[in-house]
Amino acid sequence: MSARAGQTAITGIGQTAYTKDSGRTVMSQCVEASAKAIADAGLERGDIDGLVSFTMDTNSDHDLQTALALPMVRWTAKAPFGGEGAYATFQLAAAAIESGQANNVLIFRAFNERSESRFGQPTYNAGSMRDFHKSLGLVTPGQVYAMWHKPFLDARGMTSEDLGELVVQMRAWAATNPDAWFYGRPITLEDHQRSRWIVKPVLRLYDFCQETDGGVAFVVSRLDTARASGRPVVRVLGVQQAWPLGESMMYNYYKKNLVFPEDTVHVANALWEQTGLSPAEIDVSTIYDNFSPSIPISYEGYGLCKPGEVRDAIRAGELGPGGSTPVNTNGGLIGEAYLHGLNNATECVRQMRGTSPNQIEGAKVALCAGRQCGMVLVRE
Amino acid sequence: MGPRRDQDFFWEGIDRGELLAQQCDGCGTLRHPPAPRCAACGSDEWHAQPLSGEGTLLAFIESNHPTRRDDEPRCVCLVDLPEGLRMVSSLLDPENAEDGATVRFEIAEYDGQMLPLVRTTGGSQ
Repeated sequence: MSARAGQTAITGIGQTAYTKDSGRTVMSQCVEASAKAIADAGLERGDIDGLVSFTMDTNSDHDLQTALALPMVRWTAKAPFGGEGAYATFQLAAAAIESGQANNVLIFRAFNERSESRFGQPTYNAGSMRDFHKSLGLVTPGQVYAMWHKPFLDARGMTSEDLGELVVQMRAWAATNPDAWFYGRPITLEDHQRSRWIVKPVLRLYDFCQETDGGVAFVVSRLDTARASGRPVVRVLGVQQAWPLGESMMYNYYKKNLVFPEDTVHVANALWEQTGLSPAEIDVSTIYDNFSPSIPISYEGYGLCKPGEVRDAIRAGELGPGGSTPVNTNGGLIGEAYLHGLNNATECVRQMRGTSPNQIEGAKVALCAGRQCGMVLVRE
Repeated sequence: MGPRRDQDFFWEGIDRGELLAQQCDGCGTLRHPPAPRCAACGSDEWHAQPLSGEGTLLAFIESNHPTRRDDEPRCVCLVDLPEGLRMVSSLLDPENAEDGATVRFEIAEYDGQMLPLVRTTGGSQ
């Protein structure tokens, strides 16, 4: 089945400050980001009739509607899990709008992920019921992911030093983004290689994303509304999910071939079919980077290089400032903040509007990439 | 007492000293981790099948407990079984860790719990 090119546009983006200790409730940050997104879209509260987030988000639709005083909500939906499904939220919003069930959908995500509920802290202890992963020593997300990153990295001949070369490029972008946690703090390869091992021999400290408190929100609208607004139109030309049998978001150990990212390749092929574009036409990308190895896996999966060539692309600096395939120009989740992937989508919108702190000159097509979902934005 | 979980047979086996996997009564397909239905033929009928206890090391990482800094690191690994299954385990002799090494399961105690751990029996083939 092929889907037609998208009939929606991202008309508003909003975000709170990204901090390590907000001192505020999650909902207050959700409300702030949402109100900013609605204002940024040039809309009124009465225009918003849909609410979309992740199953992992803890903000109640009802509480958010009440705080924003939205008179009538006609569409609610949740994308599966969290970050790896982040861009599926735009598909849910598009499904509502393109089927006439909503006109302007608010997408939101907020948490105190650093000061309250850290993903990096173990939820397992010696008294827990035995299971097939945590009991055997895969206690934190870093360990869980590194266990299946390792076969990919080995197959590509990639070492910690190659990941270091990549993180240096991500941190170079972050260094010139005032919103980024690592604003003004670029690193060298030596700095990366001196950072302590967290999961040897895959992940050092600087290979991890930045656990963050904050909120981010978007308004997705009908394409004709966006075109009539007189503002720059950031069209959602394509958005796709793929969850092939055998792939798993976290405990991805049981498929036959651990090196081939079947889910990502499905998403990518569906996007190219939907949009009529090819990887060569992408001007700028963001790639979901909870950990640094996620970048090379998805970079290859989306066809930004040929399979097996990602190490060469990293070594040549192609993903960083001045590179031929700029990736995560906000610094990504490693350099800017970890808003469960959605802050990489705000960066794609900024790139299409021409307002990124690291603007790619003349960029008109952006790829917002995750493992099991992805989105192509175009500036009309 | 709560509902019986799909994986309970596995841990009851471990506590008896047996390494088991679900085998479909309909088509004979083995599966792990446990699930209520055979993905190959759709049958809900299955029995617990003893495994050989042999395996090959596919990959390994060092796992440090994030809050118990004094704990010895564990060597967590992926093990391919000759029966066509894959299991996550942890190496009893991490000094011999090598991709492709042959291993044998040993049911041993860690943190007060009996677990299916592995020990190397030979270098990579």
